[in-house]
Amino acid sequence: MRKKPSLPDKKGYFNEFGGKFVPETLMCALSELESELRDAFKDKKFLRELDYYLKEYAGRPTPLYFAEHLTKKLGGAKIYLKREDLAHTGAHKINNTLGQALLAKRMGKHRLIAETGAGQHGVATATVAAMFGFTCDIYMGTEDITRQALNVYRMKLMGARVVPVDSGSRTLKDATNEAIRDWVTNVKDTHYVLGSVVGPHPYPFMVREFQSVIGKEARAQILKAEGALPDFLVACVGGGSNSIGLFHPFFNDKKVKFIGVEAAGKGLNSKHHAATLLKGEIGVLHGSKSYLLQNTDGQVNIAHSISAGLDYPGVGPEHSYYKKTGRAKYEAVTDRDALRGFRLLSESEGIIPAMEPSHAIHYVSKFAAKLSRKKVIILCLSGRGDKDIDIAKEYIKL
Amino acid sequence: MNRIDILFRDLKKRRRKALIVYIAAGDPGISATERFIHELEGCGVDLIELGIPFSDPLADGPTIQRASERALSKGVNIRTILAMVRRARKKAGLPIVFMTYYNLVLHYGIKKFISNAKNAGADGIIIPDLPPEEGSTLIEESRKKDFAAIFLAAPTSTKERLRAIANKTSGFLYYVSLTGTTGARARLPGEVAKKVKAIKRLTKKPVCVGFGISGPEQAGKISRSSDGVIVGRAVIKVIEKNLGKSDLHKKVISFVKSLERAVH
Repeated sequence: MRKKPSLPDKKGYFNEFGGKFVPETLMCALSELESELRDAFKDKKFLRELDYYLKEYAGRPTPLYFAEHLTKKLGGAKIYLKREDLAHTGAHKINNTLGQALLAKRMGKHRLIAETGAGQHGVATATVAAMFGFTCDIYMGTEDITRQALNVYRMKLMGARVVPVDSGSRTLKDATNEAIRDWVTNVKDTHYVLGSVVGPHPYPFMVREFQSVIGKEARAQILKAEGALPDFLVACVGGGSNSIGLFHPFFNDKKVKFIGVEAAGKGLNSKHHAATLLKGEIGVLHGSKSYLLQNTDGQVNIAHSISAGLDYPGVGPEHSYYKKTGRAKYEAVTDRDALRGFRLLSESEGIIPAMEPSHAIHYVSKFAAKLSRKKVIILCLSGRGDKDIDIAKEYIKL
Repeated sequence: MNRIDILFRDLKKRRRKALIVYIAAGDPGISATERFIHELEGCGVDLIELGIPFSDPLADGPTIQRASERALSKGVNIRTILAMVRRARKKAGLPIVFMTYYNLVLHYGIKKFISNAKNAGADGIIIPDLPPEEGSTLIEESRKKDFAAIFLAAPTSTKERLRAIANKTSGFLYYVSLTGTTGARARLPGEVAKKVKAIKRLTKKPVCVGFGISGPEQAGKISRSSDGVIVGRAVIKVIEKNLGKSDLHKKVISFVKSLERAVH
């Protein structure tokens, strides 16, 4: 048996990162969630139910596809794609929302709220709300409502209300502020379905546990396909849920190297990027201590990325812990190069990726070429690209 | 004894309640804030809560969010605010406590912040996103400087939590009258009174009530069951309505006087 990593500790810390930095009103809700989670993870019926929905409703396990054509084209390491784009709703977000919806049901909550950037988490929340019969409000920045119009329509179609957020940068950060404000106000009957491994404890832990299905499946699948563990895991990092989901089950496999790819936006030396781990300093935003993009006064900077899902100035505390301890390495890819990755996978494999994993694809396209053919990379293809077609059309003329 | 402890001791002797007014430092400008401090004291305000604006004020409703944005657009920061408090302190005798979010203090340095704030003439700090279990450094450093680290309790706080908060807070205990952000509609005064009574059984420290107090009538009612009331949004509304007008300060003074009459 592999030893299970014991972090976070009881107070929700991954060494110095994490914690619970929220208004007092929410402290009881967090304790309630913590104890419910503890019970649920011991409850065979809950775990069976979650498995059932993951399999029958979300379509898991998702394939681990050997990208033969891409591999040949690059001429280096073997590249496998973990096909989260094939999960129901088109991204890995459903793994988490199914888990949290089942928990909300156990807690007797009637209403779900969520923040969303790219709209994938909003769609995944609206989906489970429709299926389980919750009322549902999704907070979304007006900037993102414009650039992810397709997902807005999908959410509305499933009966969710999309609440436009017009403050600050009008993106994911501000949508999260507004969702927290709603939760503070309606905490008694509402469960806040946070979409990433961010926020106060137990969210980073809970979301990691629900997303770890990605890495657990991938680990079994690669052992079957290759008879060995992979050399590298690569995934994009905004808040960091698809990457933690892939990385975490390999935590104790010390030979497996983790690479997280952040959004370099218009360049790491410009002010327009979302590379929190590479360029941020330690701070507190949205309930936890982690790296944070901030100015010299400690005001939170506005992030920028072509992909709404990576456009966030914070990052999950477990990633900060991985960075500080060296367990993972972090790189960044610009908007322009992400578009190259987007096009590369579309052309070489007939798979249109979301703009978020396109960052990781571009990184792998440079990295794999330098490696020997014996090396194996698993890349988390966290979502499909339909939602990004309008943006792609602006930049890629055909 | 610091200014806050002296204030509540005196109020108790005189059987009076504290009127606490919140303003955002730098709204609509740093010199206007300095002037407000003196004007509020002149109106009989007992304690000023001075907001240090943060980019992501997640415990605040829309009115105080807008005040923070206005202040940030004027370029205020901890340094300029401390300098202003130092100037104001030459004349002002009332206690001044800061209200801000944890990241600003963490980034500035907790120890350095408390030391510089105390030197400038401030008396305490309220951080709505810092529950007492995360506040051990703040509590320790504050204690060394006789600076008040004021913690908040909420309607959802359990009895155990109320006890812990009452135990850790200094200066006074800030009871949040509702589940919600600043400026939302307050609960019925009866409910608040019941809760405050329960807290007062747990502690001898003063208990003041804030969040959602809409005007003089409510302030008067809620002050009866507590040791003081905190009014923020209602005052900011008056500032906001009169931005750029020559009688801005006159309007604020007249509103605060109406609060004063209801509470004292």
